[in-house]
Amino acid sequence: MPDIIPADSVGLISPQSLHFAEPLKLDCGRELPQYDLVYETYGALNSSGDNAILICHALSGDHHAAGYHSMEDKKPGWWDTAIGPGKPIDTTRFFVVSLNNLGGCKGSTGPNTINPANGKLWGPDFPIVTARDWVNSQARLADRLGIDRWAAVIGGSLGGMQVMQWAIDYPERLRHAVVIAAAPNLTAQNIAFNEVVRQALRSDPDFHEGRYADHGVVPAQGLKIARMLGHITYLSDDAMRKKFGRELREGKISFGFDVEFQVESYLRYQGESFVDRFDANTYLLMTKALDYFDPAAAHGGDLSAALAHVQAHFMVISFTSDWRFAPERSREIVKALLDGDKSVSYAEVEANHGHDAFLIPIPHYFDVFRSYMDRVAEEISA
Amino acid sequence: MSELRADLAIISQWIEPGSRALDLGCGDGTLLSHLKQQRGVDGYGLEIDPENIVACIQRGVSVIQSDLDAGLSDYFDDDSFDYVIMTQTLQAMHYPSRLLSEMLRVGREGIVTFPNFGHWRARAQLALGGHMPLSPALPNQWYDTPNIHLCTLTDFEQLCQHLDIEILQRSVVDTAHRSNFAINLMPNLLGEMALYRFRKRG
Repeated sequence: MPDIIPADSVGLISPQSLHFAEPLKLDCGRELPQYDLVYETYGALNSSGDNAILICHALSGDHHAAGYHSMEDKKPGWWDTAIGPGKPIDTTRFFVVSLNNLGGCKGSTGPNTINPANGKLWGPDFPIVTARDWVNSQARLADRLGIDRWAAVIGGSLGGMQVMQWAIDYPERLRHAVVIAAAPNLTAQNIAFNEVVRQALRSDPDFHEGRYADHGVVPAQGLKIARMLGHITYLSDDAMRKKFGRELREGKISFGFDVEFQVESYLRYQGESFVDRFDANTYLLMTKALDYFDPAAAHGGDLSAALAHVQAHFMVISFTSDWRFAPERSREIVKALLDGDKSVSYAEVEANHGHDAFLIPIPHYFDVFRSYMDRVAEEISA
Repeated sequence: MSELRADLAIISQWIEPGSRALDLGCGDGTLLSHLKQQRGVDGYGLEIDPENIVACIQRGVSVIQSDLDAGLSDYFDDDSFDYVIMTQTLQAMHYPSRLLSEMLRVGREGIVTFPNFGHWRARAQLALGGHMPLSPALPNQWYDTPNIHLCTLTDFEQLCQHLDIEILQRSVVDTAHRSNFAINLMPNLLGEMALYRFRKRG
């Protein structure tokens, strides 16, 4: 809980919501007849409407990227380190839009909202959405907010994939694409992790084929295990060793199966707190969106061809110890952009935090990020 | 851009306006930034140092953080550039000859600059003082230097011959990057800094 709001915070924020009555055709062949998108904005749109930044969230993220909802909040938004007055995404210069994606569980239309067709929760009947579907819905949000062209679209991990999708699908609607800790598609190993996550959720006796809400339960065990697995893969071996080592909670082993090592305690805590804040059906959808993302597939696996028509200037950032979205994968993106003589810069940040690094204000990372965003602002004289 | 390093000014004159250039070990992006503004040159820099990456981005230079010793094949196809430039970096590479070939794989022409180890002061310090040379062009102690492959003009030209590289232009200057009659008469003895423009023979 903040006693006072820090000077470099966007302060107290109220989420907003927009209803979209026009049906949205989805990649899976189905369509959403209507939907709501919940979003937050920070800073002000300038008179020429060219200082807008879109934030695309990752797997478990949402619209609450910065600031506080109330003085009782324990923590600010998930990317508060990067968004605010004087921060890399400087809200005194930019108008920042951050939304909860379709299929999410924080207010935008998704499995835990009512399907107007039958007045019941969507639950497992919610269609599987892709990065492309999200980008289409985000483009409509931009229309409604009066934003023809984003100064930049920015995202890490699954968010970075949406940024790429933006540049491919709406080349003229963004000046800059900031792609952080992302990949042109998931590796088999990555899909494998997602499959374990899905099995953990779906094999929970409380899952009820996704209709757990009808039974008044949540697949807590599945969510917990899914999140624990996620956390292991978001950290590096080195980061875990540094953070926990083999430290014991009680100072000695007890020859039992209760929590003994600190790392167990940490994982259980992360898992349990996730149960209260996330929806299992949403988690399933997010892993599928990750697995399906592969813009090169439509071009015979040729990423350069997929990116042939992008107009945005790219800033690509990766982290040395990130093994889920390894630097090699970011280099593939860079190579494909270079093939097409596109404008691209690439920073490979030395960091031992694993995939989580993209959320951490590592000095070199933020120096690069801030410098790049300064250029973006200068270009539009914000 | 008034304070462009003199060697960079010479390179700038060698480069055709509107061409495409790749700068290997581009430092803080000074050269590319100058070439872009003054000569309409489009290009990228490769650099390994994190602070330089930030400096390049601040200048609006497109920069790729990478290790030149790993080669260029990760990123660049054949014949991608008009010029591949490498200033004051060749002598710090693990595989200079491999990199020279790589330069001419991805570029039509190569440009390199390096400190001349054959300069009389270097020779004198080694011959008479019996220690590794120290000079404005070679400021580092032997145990603390990035320069692991120092060479003389003669050495470089022999390597070019060996690699079937044709030297198109050469400029030999002192540390203030000036040239004079004497330097041109005995470049390998009097020149402190060498600049070469070259291409594949044939």
